[in-house]
Amino acid sequence: MSKFLRKFDFLQVILILSLALLYIPIIVMVVGSFNASQLANHWTGFTLEWFVKLFNDRRVLEAALLSVEIAFLASTISVILGTLIGISLVRVPRFFGRLLLTTMITAPLVMPDVITGLCQALLFNQTRVLFGWPTQGGFVTILLAHITFTMAYAAVTIQSRMLTVDRSLEDAAMDLGAGPVRAFVEITLPIIAPALFSSWLLGLTLSLDDVVIASFVTGPGATTLPMTIYSKVKLGVSPDMNALATIILAIVGAGVIISNIIMVRAEKQRQLDESKAMAEAH
Amino acid sequence: MSTNHQTAHRNAKQDPEKPWLNPNAKPFVRFQNVSKQFGDFTAVDSINLDIYKGEMFALVGGSGCGKTTLLRMLAGFLDPSAGKVMIDGTDVNGVPPYERPVNMMFQSYALFPHMTVEKNIAYALKLDKMEKDERKRRIDEALEMVQMSKFAHRKPHQLSGGQRQRVALARALIKRPKVLLLDEPLSALDKKLREATQFELMAIQYKLGITFIFVTHDQEEAMALSSRIAVLDKGQVIQVGTPSEIYEFPNSRFVAEFVGSTNMFEGTVVEDTPNQVVIESASTKGNINVDDVGRYQIGQTVWVNVRPEKIKLSKTKPAKHAGLNVLEGTVSELGYRGNHVIYRVKAASGKIIMVFAQSQNRTEELDITWDDKVFISWEADGCIIVKS
Repeated sequence: MSKFLRKFDFLQVILILSLALLYIPIIVMVVGSFNASQLANHWTGFTLEWFVKLFNDRRVLEAALLSVEIAFLASTISVILGTLIGISLVRVPRFFGRLLLTTMITAPLVMPDVITGLCQALLFNQTRVLFGWPTQGGFVTILLAHITFTMAYAAVTIQSRMLTVDRSLEDAAMDLGAGPVRAFVEITLPIIAPALFSSWLLGLTLSLDDVVIASFVTGPGATTLPMTIYSKVKLGVSPDMNALATIILAIVGAGVIISNIIMVRAEKQRQLDESKAMAEAH
Repeated sequence: MSTNHQTAHRNAKQDPEKPWLNPNAKPFVRFQNVSKQFGDFTAVDSINLDIYKGEMFALVGGSGCGKTTLLRMLAGFLDPSAGKVMIDGTDVNGVPPYERPVNMMFQSYALFPHMTVEKNIAYALKLDKMEKDERKRRIDEALEMVQMSKFAHRKPHQLSGGQRQRVALARALIKRPKVLLLDEPLSALDKKLREATQFELMAIQYKLGITFIFVTHDQEEAMALSSRIAVLDKGQVIQVGTPSEIYEFPNSRFVAEFVGSTNMFEGTVVEDTPNQVVIESASTKGNINVDDVGRYQIGQTVWVNVRPEKIKLSKTKPAKHAGLNVLEGTVSELGYRGNHVIYRVKAASGKIIMVFAQSQNRTEELDITWDDKVFISWEADGCIIVKS
């Protein structure tokens, strides 16, 4: 076997290929956002022109604001509903429709977005015919559609967290004098708070990301950010969208790095505390 | 603590006051015909049980015997399907856990993971809206009692198993309950720690005078800790008594076999005199003499129960005297345990008899070993007859 082949064995080749597949498109996009040329494959010099253009584009800014509003509301409401569902499924052994809820709650997770979107659109058409509401698609219809699918994610996440919470913690709180509601709020809720937060973040991301479902249920005047990006890029390459993507990438990247640092620190501290406790015990 | 817990224990055990023997004593906790069904399954089957103030009472039995159900009915997490549960003269049926004068120490300890040791212990007092100084004093006192003052600001995950157990105990005692319920209090600790904690629990119980009711599947733990034991099986109380009553005078084969090790000989009564009963047993190929005043019918099937430590082992035939039971056999197995040796001796009938021999000398070689022909003997007052 040649030296070259031994150095780059099979696994390393796979690794490099995977990384290339993941990151080359992103690099191309980031580079494009700073390229003075309109054409992505032709570098003519560094510029911030596209970023300036982006911040002067009212349509994009309005769409971004709408997206954030919808994402914020949808994820918040879906965490509240998801918590109720997760808790009922774990703590209430019997209620009407329990089996149906258990099996159907995961449906939006596996259903293709096109189908979900189509269903929602048909639903709103029907209610418009029957009740005269909603008069047209827009903020409310997108919000409702987003709640239905983010809620499923929240419910599943919170349910699985609830399964690992020791039931006797709430029992202990009640034994010590707390009523059931107080025991839940003071004991269970703080324990599952990280799961609530992560499902809130998940809902936020899913809602911000969605273009398919929103397209089906929206109407005149309500365009979310992903819909704007999609419609702009559809008409041809537009470097200001590269700039927008670069900004989003920077925000997400910073978030991931910071949360990783925090998690690693917390884990180290926990291990240190535990070994300290063990050492003192003997 | 190590010096005064022993005296505390001794005093508790020598206490001449045994309320359960006093017909006028008022029980503090009372189960009256209590049953509990879960669907088709009967977890507790019309149990009657009286527990007195200041007792350290053990509910013992295998899994599914109903002991935990009884405890949870006292705590208020379950209500009986039938019958009454009384605490200090009050019927507590329907009273929720947060309004009952009892507290519980959970098997998993159930410490609140997001609160420090101090906050865990303070939780019940915070709910009571107590004055700040008084609360602080009570918390410090509780931390002191379980020697956890140094760790007041630790979170549960920063504690060892033994420390968690002590925090759980302090938290359950902070409201000074009338009854403390303990679910398998020592099961999560290793053997050495279990022994130490056992004495601490007894010392604390003696000092506070609170009625402790605990559940365990470990009969040794029950014997070491309790003033009285209730042995349960299939939702029923089989026997209630002091540890020595349960051990020396079991009322059934179930109790004899559940508590400690034993040898059981099935036989029929052939002679019943006022102070001695003679049993004919196939497994001894002869008669067994038992000191007993019970009235039996000739021909009745009974079981003779002989504890392994009551049996003597010798290479030479022991001198025969009235009441002595002697059998011949061969050592088929032995296990060296340091303080004693476990012999399994095969009798002529093929029955395996277990014998515990104390190691009294530090001889290098055991003088009785594998395949030795031996005589095993026990006195008529070293065994007991059970009818079921």
